[in-house]
Formats: sequence, C-alpha cells, structure tokens
Amino acid sequence: MKPLFATLALLVAALFAISLMTGPAGIGALDGLRSLILGGDGPMPIVMREIRLPRALLGLAVGAGLGLTGAAMQGYLRNPLAEPGLIGVSGMAALGAVIAIQTGLSLGTALALPATALTGAAIGVGLLVALAGPRGGSVTLILAGIAISALAGAGTALVLNLSPNPYAANEIVFWLMGSLADRSMVHVWLALPPMLLGAALIWTTGRGLDALTLGESAASAMGVSATGLRWRLIAGVALIVGPATAVAGVIGFVGLVVPHILRPWVAARPSALLPASALGGAALLLAADIAVRLILPERDLKLGVLTALVGAPLFLHLIWKTRSGGRV
Amino acid sequence: MLELQGLSVTRRNRPVLDRVSLSVAAGELVGLIGPNGAGKSTLMEAALGLIPFSGASNLAAMAATDRARAAAYLPQSREIAWPVSVEDLIALGRIPWPGGGRGPADRAAIDAAIARMHLQDFRTRTALRLSGGEQTRALIARALAQETPLLIADEPIAGLDPAQQLACLRLFRALATEGRGLLVSIHDLGMAARFCTRLVLLDKGQVLADGAPDQVLTDDLLRRAFGITARRIDTPDGPAILPI
Amino acid sequence: MRAFVRRSDRIRRWLTAALIAAAGSAIASSAGAAPQRVVSMNLCTDQIAMLLAAPGQLVSVSDLARDPRMSPMADRAQDYPINHGRAEEIYLMRPDLVIAGQYASGPTVAMLRRLGVRVEVLPPAEDIDAIRAEIMRMGGLLGREDKAAEVLARFERGLILADSNADRGRAALYYANGYTSGRDTLAGTILTAAGYRNVADDLGITDTRSLPLEMLVMARPDRLITGAKWPGQSRGEAILDHPALARIAPETAEVTDRDWVCGTPFVLRAIEALK
Repeated sequence: MKPLFATLALLVAALFAISLMTGPAGIGALDGLRSLILGGDGPMPIVMREIRLPRALLGLAVGAGLGLTGAAMQGYLRNPLAEPGLIGVSGMAALGAVIAIQTGLSLGTALALPATALTGAAIGVGLLVALAGPRGGSVTLILAGIAISALAGAGTALVLNLSPNPYAANEIVFWLMGSLADRSMVHVWLALPPMLLGAALIWTTGRGLDALTLGESAASAMGVSATGLRWRLIAGVALIVGPATAVAGVIGFVGLVVPHILRPWVAARPSALLPASALGGAALLLAADIAVRLILPERDLKLGVLTALVGAPLFLHLIWKTRSGGRV
Repeated sequence: MLELQGLSVTRRNRPVLDRVSLSVAAGELVGLIGPNGAGKSTLMEAALGLIPFSGASNLAAMAATDRARAAAYLPQSREIAWPVSVEDLIALGRIPWPGGGRGPADRAAIDAAIARMHLQDFRTRTALRLSGGEQTRALIARALAQETPLLIADEPIAGLDPAQQLACLRLFRALATEGRGLLVSIHDLGMAARFCTRLVLLDKGQVLADGAPDQVLTDDLLRRAFGITARRIDTPDGPAILPI
Repeated sequence: MRAFVRRSDRIRRWLTAALIAAAGSAIASSAGAAPQRVVSMNLCTDQIAMLLAAPGQLVSVSDLARDPRMSPMADRAQDYPINHGRAEEIYLMRPDLVIAGQYASGPTVAMLRRLGVRVEVLPPAEDIDAIRAEIMRMGGLLGREDKAAEVLARFERGLILADSNADRGRAALYYANGYTSGRDTLAGTILTAAGYRNVADDLGITDTRSLPLEMLVMARPDRLITGAKWPGQSRGEAILDHPALARIAPETAEVTDRDWVCGTPFVLRAIEALK
C-alpha cells in the first residue's frame, strides 16, 4: 500500500507543477518557477503568483476534497454510487453560493459565500443521509439524489434569472459544470480553511467507516457511535463540498471515479481509501484542468464536461453491476 | 457477564420484549430458542444497548468502548459491504482495541481466530466471493478476534453444512469451557439440546422457560411456544429431537 | 447587453458597405414622399432617429432607449411611446416605416413585411465612417437630408476638436468574462481616437473576443478601461475585481457604457471622457 501512496503523491506533485506551467502566456518553466518563488519586477510574477498559483492550488484542494468526500460518503452509505456531485450535495452548495452572491450577502462579508454554500451542502447531505442512510439501497439513494439535484438546479436557475445583472443568467452553466478559470488567492483563502477543517473531521471517521463494512449493528456493537459518525460525516462533507463549490462550481463524478479506481489498490478498506482518494481526486482534477486549457485555450471549457465524459460511462457501468445484484 | 433485569422493548406501540430477565455467567453456553418473531434478535440488540429499551442491562450501561471490549456481537444479517480480504475482515474485530489494529497483540488475536475457524486457506481470499457458509465462518472469526469475555451470536450456525455446524458449536462449547460466556440463538433444537449448558425459551417477547435443556424442551413448552409436538430420542451421542 | 453588441462585431464590416449601397436605391425609390409614422425598434437607430426626425414623425422607440445605463438619450426617449420589438404592437401603431437593427428578430421583420409594412434594416456602425454613413442613410429614410447634414457637420467639428494626436500610452479594454475589443470595433475606434494604442493590436485581436487574463497581464497596459458594472452580482464581472488587474494597472477607468454602445455622435463624449 505504501508504493501506492508514494506514486499518487508523486503524480499530484508533477501535475501541480505542470498546472503551474500551463497557460496561454507561454512562460518558460524555469523563468516561471523563478518568478513564482523569488518574485521580481514585471508581469511574470503577477501571472505566476496571482493567476496560476491560485488555479493550481484550487485544483489540488477541490480535487482532493471531492475525492475524499466521495470515498467517505460511499463508505458511510455503503454504496459505490454515492458522490457529492451526482446526488445533489454540490448542487445544494451551489444554490447556497448563488443566494449569497445575488442577495449581496457576500459583498457585506466575504465569508458569507463559503458559509451559505456549506449550509446548502449540509442540507443536501443531511437530507440524503436521512432518506438513504447506511441501510438504504441504491435505488433510494439515486432517487433521493435526483430529487435534490433537480430542486437545487431549479433554485439556482431561478435565483440567477431573477438577478438584475444580465450576465448572471448565463452563469447557470458555470454553477452546473464548474471551472477554475481566473480564480484568485482571495478564493483560495476563502475556501481552504473550512476545507481543511472538514478534511480533519472526515479523517476521524476512518475506523467507523471500516466498522460499517459489517453493517450498522455490528459497527455499533464494536463501539462506533452511529450518531457521532453521522454528524462528523455530514459536517465534514459540508465543510469541504460547500466552499469548494462556492469557488469552483459543481464538478461531478470526481468522487465517483476516483474511489472506484483506487478501491482494489487499498484492499477495499474504507479507511485506507480516504487518503488515497484525496490524492487521486487532486490528480484527476489537476489533470482535467490542464486538459481544458490545452484543448480549448481561448475558451473557458468547463471542468465538469471532462469529468462527466469520463465519469458518466463508469456510473452507468456501476448501475449495471448493482442492478444484476452483485455488489461492487 | 450479562445481567438483564425487566428488559422491555416497544416498537411502533407494539411490545416486542416484555420484562425479560436473564443472565449469562462465565463458562456458560446459553442457547436462546423460540419461534420466529419471538424477540430473540431484539433481545440481543437491546442487551447491547443498540436499540432503545426500558429495564436494565449491564452491557448497555457501559461506555461504548468498554462494552465493545466486554461483548462481541454477530448480527443475524451477514453484511459485508466491500470486497475486503478475509484477513482484513477478521481484523475489523480489533477496532475496539487501542492501536491501529496491526500491533503484535492484534496479529496474535487475528491469527488465533483464523486458526480456530480453520480459515487458513481463505486468508487472502476476497470475503465477498466466498460461499455463504464460508462468509459466516469468517464473520464468526471476526467476533472471536474481538477477544471479549462474552460472545453474543445471532443464529451462528444458520446456513452452515452439518460438519461446520458441529465444528462451530464444539468451538463455542470449548470457549465456554475456557471461561467465556456465550449467548447464542439457535433454531435446531437437537443441536441446542446437545451443546448448550442452558436454554432460554422465548415466546411473544416473554421468557417461557429458562433452565437445563431437558427442563426446557418439554412437550408442553414446545407445544406452547412452537405449536408442535417433538419426539425425543436419547442416543449415546446425546438427545435427538424430531419435530412432527 | 454589451454581450450582444459585442456579438454584432463578429460580422465583417464589408457588409456595411454592401447594405449602404443597397439602401441608396431604396432611398431613390421613396424619395418622393417622406414617411409620416416611423417606428424604430433598435437602441442605436432610436438615437439617430430621435436626432433627425421632424416633430411628430417618429411615433415609437424601443424600450431600451429609455434605459439610462445604455441610452445617452434616455431623457428624450421619455417623450416617445415605447415598443418591445414585437410585430403585433408595432403593426398596431400603423407605421409607414419601421427601422430595425441588424439583430432584430428575423421572424418579426418577416411578419411585418408580410403585413405590408416597409421595414428598413440598418447594420450597427462600428467605426467613424460607418457613423457618418448611418446618419446620412437615416436622413434619407426620414426625408430629413438637411437635418442629417447639419448633425453630420457638428459631428465633424467635434471629431476635429477631439483629434489631439497625443500618444497617451497603451490601453486595454476589458469586459466581463474576459473579453477585449480590437480596432475593428466601435470601442477600439473610440480608444484609438482618444490617442491610445490598443494592446489588442499587439496581440493580433481585431474584433471582440476573449483574452486570457494572464495574456492581459503580460501585455502590461498603461491603462485599463473596463466595462461598467451592472446592478446585482455576476461571476462574469468578478474577473474585473481580480487582484492581478489591480497590480498591473492601478489606474482603471470605468467606462460609462451608454456612450460606447452605439455608433452615434455620442461617441465624441466617450472619446472626451478618456482624455
């Protein structure tokens, strides 16, 4: 298992570096690195520190957060189809963020943006846990997810359409598909602290998720508090998915694809899957964000488009497997 | 080890358990028998404090971690959510104990459980790909690895072949002889009569009888609880009970 | 709204010349009788029509003409009934001439023509010559050639006054969603006329298109001219608050959009404001 983590960490580091070097300005790798670290005069340090660094940092953090929450929700709901983007948790976070932006709350206090987004995410994941829970089957989970997604999407579109700003209505795509283009360090500082807190909370659920492998009553009999686990999971997912969505929009399928690919490599143990999925999610999102800049450098191709192209066929495959009765 | 006083459970305004009192002492293998719906599984979960109840249970009164080190529980539903290896599955039994579950004490407990359930050949196999009976053995081994003085098992021999049923109950009897206490629900009255040191007959949420097997498996009690008559045949290997 | 003006820029300007030529023949055929009930259904034709029309000749302008954020003649437009560019309401005004912009809804124009209403379609004016041509053509359509000549003369005097030949340095236009405009656009024309060198020229951008933020930063403009903010919030406009922009160009001018939206004599005000 050690080589897996080393490989993933190396991969993330390499993709982070490539992300820093990718951009239309055509800055050489060495020059870029020098102005990133040493600063200096001229526009190059501004590009490296104010434009590319926040983008790479957010790619790393949002990807890791989505991978981690995907693995945690799958472990808790005991279902490989659980994923914050697909079942409406990110959608609810986007709704919260859009409300904060359009009501002007986020102008008053910058923290209102991540705060309302994580409130939305908490409502979404709380509803799902209440409806599906560790005992609920795949059908309950997916149907609950469809309902929550539809509600969140409609709410988001409504709020944006009511906005007096002519650009707002065109931004539905961003909130549905996500993008890291032109984010600044302001966004990094808004999103990172709550996400780290959420990651710390989810980190503590590892043994509880392992125990849930045997079902709820066996886990409880082994001293795992069902309510404690549930609240840590809801709070952790909300603290990560809320701020991540507030700055990057809804990026689906990362939390589905990554745990699915990595599960065999960690012998399917939910606790080991958590850090592996965090690293894998960071790698996947950094790679996707590099790809959108290489494929269509002039336009803001949405990240969710790429992740969905990879993830949706896998999702169908998983539904097929669950349908035929076998667990994944 | 287990002390229940006047345990009652009500679900949806329907009494499921009605003032049940029973105890399990060290060295006892107590068989919990009774028809379907008598409240056997509910009794076990209430005793462990997993569901709300009224009355007193010494286990439920403990802190969660202490309880998990005092009693291991094998639920009736054999749930394995992920394709973990048999060894990792058994290692889950070490969760209540301090450390990462991979220390020397943990290793010894896991190895002992694997040896006792004869799972050496399955160690690295994926638990989900085993047959139902093999999964049950792996799950029993998981409960053994918890190394608790008390073991509560809900229908441990259901789904096992005759040889495995015998092996399992012989192991349980050996555990009792070593000084552990066991509460085991069981449907095979013959097996219950042969291996259990004491039987508790539960019917409609109440204890109908509690005592040595031949005191509990009387014609009258069996008719009242199960609505059957049973032919008892004493053989050199123990009593055989034939429901007719 | 700027977005749709911007989209209009994508069409090559040679269309302008072709359409003006075509309009010439139309003017000739209708020169005899000046229209008495004229409806304008486009923000830009609204303004030129209001400048040129005889009293009572113009019966309706578009609703946007009253929006002070987009229309420099919003006050004057209060005197006219408004239309929303729908065929039914316009037909009921019994116009003998309807003037539409090039991006008027095709079905609306076709419907009005089917109902026997004369509809003239005017392309947007994206440079000084096109503004001149637009004024003359509107004068011809309204039978107000003298008034047009007068407005044009005033415009020419303004242009001479505005032309300072000073080099005010390199400037960049930057709008919501990271768009910029090059020299073939009205905004680019205004920028050049005010004595700035447009950084879009260095980057080979002649029309309006998106410019990645880091390319803008690397181009190091001396001055940044951003689109005006609309009420409410949008992520598209948030790019104008990016800290990197503040770092490269502390001197950021916010444009009053209404003088930049249409190719009318009001661009002189935009040019003056930039000096």
